[in-house]
Amino acid sequence: MKYLDEYRDPVLARRLLDELRGTATRPWRIMEVCGGQTHTLVRQGIDELLPAGMRMIHGPGCPVCVTPLETLDRAMAVAARPGVILTSFGDMLRVPGSDTDLLSLRARGADVRVVYAPMDAVRLAAAHPDREVVFLAVGFETTAPANAMAVLHAARLGLANFSMIVSHVLVPPAMTALLEDPDCEVQAFLAAGHVCAVMGWREYEPIAARHRVPIVVTGFEPLDLLEGILMAVRQLESGRYEVENQYVRAVRRSGNTAAQDAVRSVFKVTDRTWRGIGALPDSGLELADAYVRFDAARRFAVGGLCPAEDPECIAGAILTGAKLPTDCTAYGTRCTPRRPLGAPMVSSEGTCAAFHAAGRTRSAP
Amino acid sequence: MTIECPAPRHEDEVVLLGHGAGGRLTAELLDRVVLPGLHAGPGPLEDAALLPGHRELVISTDSFVVSPLFFPGGDIGSLAVHGTVNDLAMRGAWPLALSVSLIVEEGLPLAELRSVVESLGKAAQEAGVPVVTGDTKVVGRGAADRLFVNTTGVGQRHGSLHPSAALARPGDAVLLSGPIGLHGTTVLSTREGLGFEGDIASDSRPLHRLVRALGPIGGAVHVLRDPTRGGLAAALNEIARDSAVAVEIEESAVPVPEAVASACDLLGLDPLIVANEGCMVAFVAADAAGRALDALRSLPEGAQAVRIGEVLPEGPGGRVTLRTLVGARRIVDMPLGEQLPRIC
Repeated sequence: MKYLDEYRDPVLARRLLDELRGTATRPWRIMEVCGGQTHTLVRQGIDELLPAGMRMIHGPGCPVCVTPLETLDRAMAVAARPGVILTSFGDMLRVPGSDTDLLSLRARGADVRVVYAPMDAVRLAAAHPDREVVFLAVGFETTAPANAMAVLHAARLGLANFSMIVSHVLVPPAMTALLEDPDCEVQAFLAAGHVCAVMGWREYEPIAARHRVPIVVTGFEPLDLLEGILMAVRQLESGRYEVENQYVRAVRRSGNTAAQDAVRSVFKVTDRTWRGIGALPDSGLELADAYVRFDAARRFAVGGLCPAEDPECIAGAILTGAKLPTDCTAYGTRCTPRRPLGAPMVSSEGTCAAFHAAGRTRSAP
Repeated sequence: MTIECPAPRHEDEVVLLGHGAGGRLTAELLDRVVLPGLHAGPGPLEDAALLPGHRELVISTDSFVVSPLFFPGGDIGSLAVHGTVNDLAMRGAWPLALSVSLIVEEGLPLAELRSVVESLGKAAQEAGVPVVTGDTKVVGRGAADRLFVNTTGVGQRHGSLHPSAALARPGDAVLLSGPIGLHGTTVLSTREGLGFEGDIASDSRPLHRLVRALGPIGGAVHVLRDPTRGGLAAALNEIARDSAVAVEIEESAVPVPEAVASACDLLGLDPLIVANEGCMVAFVAADAAGRALDALRSLPEGAQAVRIGEVLPEGPGGRVTLRTLVGARRIVDMPLGEQLPRIC
C-alpha cells in the first residue's frame, strides 16, 4: 500500500536492525517523544530487539496523559450542566478525573459525544442553536491548527453557543525541562514527526546545541522508528549533536507556515501544568484575547474544583521516562485499561496502555 | 481529606455502552449479572447451544441494534439473518428455521421498515432458511432508536462436524476464511461520515455453505468461530481460554484490506479488534489444514482463505501471541470494549 506497506517491510526492518547492531557500541539511552511512536515500538516489539544494553525511554508525548486533572474535572462539571453537549476525541472520555470519567457521566444522562475533528463540534453547534456545544481541546502542536480553524470557523458563522476548554501543550519546553533535570538519562531524542510537520524543526536547533543532544525528527511506522534510532545512534557514536530529519516525506525545516499562522492568530503561549509533571513556563496555548469569547472556562464559571490524583499512580515518573510501567506496584492489578488509576493507562498512546496491550508483565525485563 | 475532596472512586452502578461491545466488559457483565441470574451451568459460551436432549439440534439468538440501519454491503435486515445463520454454522449446523422479532420506534418511515423487511426476507431466501414465526412491537418515540431486530435460529448438525470453542488442540492450524475489519469500519464510516464508505463495504454474508464444505473432514475441524464484536482478537482469546491452549498468529499473514488499514490508522483502531460479519476462523488438525484450505477456497466466500497461525505445542492456556512484522512477539489481549458501539 502506498505510504504504508513500504514502511512495514519485514526484510528491510531486519536489515536496519542488523545495521544498528553493527553501529552501536555503547548502551545508549534514546527517548521517543511521542506516544504514537511508543505505541509502534511496543506493538512491534522493536524496543526488545535493540542491541544489548540500549534502551528506549518513553517520553511525555501523549496528549491525553498530560492533560491536567483540573481540566478534566472542569470538563465534567460543564458536561453535567443541563443544555450542554460536551464533545471530545474518544480517548478523552475514559480518562479518570478526580472521581469519575466522561463515559460514566454519559451513562448517567450527560450529553457527551465523540467527534473525529473539532469542526464536527462546530457543525453540531450550528445544528443545535438552543444547546451549548463545548469542545475539549487537548493535544500538542499537531492538533492545534485544526482547533484554531474550528474557532475561526465558529467566529465566521457568528456562533454564540460554541466554546472550547483549551488545554494545549507544546513539546520543546517539555524537552528542555527533561534535559535540565539533573537525573536525566536521555542522550538523544526522536522528535515527534507530526508535531514537526506543523512546526518544522527550527525551534529544536538551539535545544540540540545547548544540551549537546542529537535530535532526529522521526515518523511512526516500524521502519521510520528503526531508521530514526539508527540516525540517532550514528550521531551519538560520532559525537555529533544536530537536528536531523528522518521523516522527509512529511516534514520540512520551516514546517507548515499556514497552519502556524492559524495557531498564532487564535492562540497565545501561556504557562501550563502538565499532569504528572507539573507546571512548565510557556509550555501551553490558550485562546488569544480576540477569541476569549469562545473560552468555555469563562463562559461556565466552575468553582470548587478539587483535583485529587490516586496516590499509588506514578504517571509523572512514567511520563518523564524515569520509570517503566512495569515498575509500578499497581500495573496490571489495581490499574488496568478497565480501571485506570492514571491517564497513561487509558490512551493507546499512553505508555502504560501500550505495555498492557502488548501483554508485558511486571516480571518481564 | 475533607468532604469537598472525595477520594477517587469508580462508578460501577450503571450499564456502560462498553458493556455491550463484546470484550472484557461484556464478559464481566455476563459473569457477574446475567449468568448467575439465569443459574447457568459451567462450560464455554459458544455461538450457539445444543438443544438439551437433542444431540443434533442447535439454537442461537441474536439482537441487532446497528446504527445506521442501512450501510454499504447490507442493512439491519440482512445482517439479522446472516448473524444468526452464522452463529448456528459455527457449531457445524445447517439452519432449519428462523424467528424474527421487530421492535419499531414510533415515527419510523414505513418505506424504511419495508426495505428492511424485504431485505431480511431476501437474505433468508438466499440462505435457504424459512422464517417460521415472529413478533412486532411498536414503542413510543425515544424508547428505541428507529428499529431493533431479534432473530432466533434452529439448526441441525450432520455427520462428524461438531466444532466447539473448547476443542482446539496443540498443533492445530489456525485458518481465516477472508480479510478482516470490513464490517466495523464500514458501519463506523457510514455513521460518522468519515468518507471511507465509498471504498469499502461490509462483509456481511452467510457462512453455512462454507462450513458445509468442511463436512468431509468434519472430525478434523475442531473449532469454528466468526469474529464479530471484539474482532479476531476477541475470538482467538475466547478459543484459547475455552480450550486452555496457547495460540500464535503471524501478523504478516492476517489479510487486512487497504481501506481498512487506512481507516484504522486514521482512527487509531486496531484491525484485530474490529467487527466482522462474513469471515470465520477455523482450528483444524495440522494434517488436514491443506484440505481444509482447499475446501474453503472452493467457494467465493472463502476464496481468500489463509493460514494465519497455529496452536503452540505448549504454552500457557488462554494466551494469544502475535509474531510482529519485525520478528518480535507480543501478546494479543482480549479487547476491553470496542470503541465502536452499535456495530451489529
